[in-house]
Amino acid sequence: MTTITALFSKINDSHIASERFKGVSGDLAKVIVFPMLGILGFLLLWSVAAQNIDTSLGKFPGPASVVEQFGNLYEEHVREREKAEAFYERQEKRNADRMAKDPDFVPKIRDYTGKETFLDQIITSLVTVVSGFLLAAAIAIPLGIAVGLSKPLNSAVNPIVQIFKPVSPLAWLPLVTMVVSALYNTPDPSVPKSFLNSMITVTLCCLWPMVINTSVGVASIDSDLVNVSKVLRLPPLTHVRKIVLPASIPMIFTGMRLSFGVAWMVLIAAEMLAQNPGLGKFVWDEFQNGSSDSLSRIMAAVLVIGFIGFLLDRGMLQIQRYVSWDKASADR
Amino acid sequence: MSILLDIDHIDMVFPTPKGPFTALSDVSLKIKKGEFVSLIGHSGCGKSTVLNVVAGLYQASKGGVVLNGKEVNEPGPERAVVFQNHSLLPWLSAYENVELAVDQVFGKSKTKAEKKEWIEHNLELVHMDHAMHKRPDEISGGMKQRVGIARALAMQPEILLMDEPFGALDALTRAHMQDSLMEIQAELNNTVIMITHDVDEAVLLSDRIVMMTNGPAATVGEILDINLERPRDRLSLAEDPEYTHLRSEVLKFLYEKQRKVEPISRKSLSGSKKKTEAA
Ligand SMILES: Nc1ncnc2c1ncn2[C@@H]1O[C@H](COP(=O)(O)OP(=O)(O)O)[C@@H](O)[C@H]1O
Ligand SMILES: [Mg+2]
Repeated sequence: MTTITALFSKINDSHIASERFKGVSGDLAKVIVFPMLGILGFLLLWSVAAQNIDTSLGKFPGPASVVEQFGNLYEEHVREREKAEAFYERQEKRNADRMAKDPDFVPKIRDYTGKETFLDQIITSLVTVVSGFLLAAAIAIPLGIAVGLSKPLNSAVNPIVQIFKPVSPLAWLPLVTMVVSALYNTPDPSVPKSFLNSMITVTLCCLWPMVINTSVGVASIDSDLVNVSKVLRLPPLTHVRKIVLPASIPMIFTGMRLSFGVAWMVLIAAEMLAQNPGLGKFVWDEFQNGSSDSLSRIMAAVLVIGFIGFLLDRGMLQIQRYVSWDKASADR
Repeated sequence: MSILLDIDHIDMVFPTPKGPFTALSDVSLKIKKGEFVSLIGHSGCGKSTVLNVVAGLYQASKGGVVLNGKEVNEPGPERAVVFQNHSLLPWLSAYENVELAVDQVFGKSKTKAEKKEWIEHNLELVHMDHAMHKRPDEISGGMKQRVGIARALAMQPEILLMDEPFGALDALTRAHMQDSLMEIQAELNNTVIMITHDVDEAVLLSDRIVMMTNGPAATVGEILDINLERPRDRLSLAEDPEYTHLRSEVLKFLYEKQRKVEPISRKSLSGSKKKTEAA
């Protein structure tokens, strides 16, 4: 009898143990195994499909040739940097020589004007998207708060936002370009015009979703909380700082994440369209180049664009988790 | 004792899409300093509206509210409100929620150390000192309501306005909260208007029960003085004939004189109508 109970308890134990193991392995499967399987499946599908697509530039690139191009792109970057260094070295030496001969000589330092490498273009695009996004946030959040707080202002601004929201920011691009070149014509610009064009396009893209989300967040604050503020007679600015802003942080971040994602997509397109430096220009240049490597280099760029977009969203999510009191809203 | 608060012939008419809706008509009530008054009536009769007018959150369409001889037209911390749904700021801890009120009310008149002490004192009063650095989503409903009361008390109000403060709590927690409130009341002797729909709660806590007629155009129906000795104990009161009598007076008012007739049948009718439409 005792042996049977012992046996039972043993079975029970092992059952619990296996259950526990299942829990761990279940997580493992979810985090590592299944995503790996998904990626492998995609790679397989890709290479099979690639072999069967013939383009005027040769076969569509498979995973292997794209990996190879990643290596090439990096090497090109290193080589270009070496060239630049050599150029500056030569320039310095030349200037030093002339100074030695002629003490009155004022050396002119010329910038190296080599071709931007893939890595340079990535940095350019990132800087552009972040600056445009920050500019949009600086305008949209205060505006959204004002619109959310004031019904008359809301009625005044709403039609404008509703009309501009569905406009693709790319439609603005020609106008932005013209306005920038008309208004921004210092002889020695500290920031290039092309950067401003791309940045403003990003700003226009981010502005509307951020204004809408912020104002909706502000307008939908629990009326009890507003009443608390009234009973305490909080001055307007304190009311915004202590009640309105924290209460609408989750919605503000939803708008920010939404627009950041779209902004990244739009930026690449804008760079292609306007030939502004950045990843978009890289893609376009490769396309125009039309060499046998072009397609695999474009494919490499596509993967990088996707990966960066993913990282940007993750980054925003982390910031939201850190800033927002409503932890649940960050997981939505 | 002197009259602290005078609700003077108040009418409240709400503009609605279907035309003006008269919620209150000619409500008058005088409240003495240190008095605990309960407002009882059927749901939707206008109790919250009365309280919101006193708080200054609504403007009466006619008549006015006089506090300490001065008419009040806007909200202020001397008429602190405890809302039904705690209405704590979810991103602040219990301590910080009370702090917001204390900073606003005693911003200049108290030093930092005094403020800290005052905040902690009020949280102790409602037995929340052990969890004062927890956020609202980390504490139970009863605890949230306690913090809400502490926040209101910390404003040192002339009158404390409570809108069904325990309405969302389970019966056991509610009893607990009522005892706590009586204990605080014995110590501070605040002037209180409390809305409730719980007859036992009204009789147990109040000096007077104001019973409101059904809306629209609701008004004060009857006022019942509760002269039960304090401190009151819910167990011994249960057998007290005076208590039983008072309780039945309120029940009679609510279920005989101001019987609510409409809802159930009409609702089920429209429900079945919808069903047939759907079919
Ligand atoms: N802001 C408002 N606008 C229109 N009608 C309102 C408003 N507030 C309350 N009412 C109406 O006034 C009546 C009384 O409401 P209320 O005071 O909340 O009742 P109670 O608190 O007694 O349940 C209800 O019929 C309600 O629909
Ligand atoms: Mg109510």
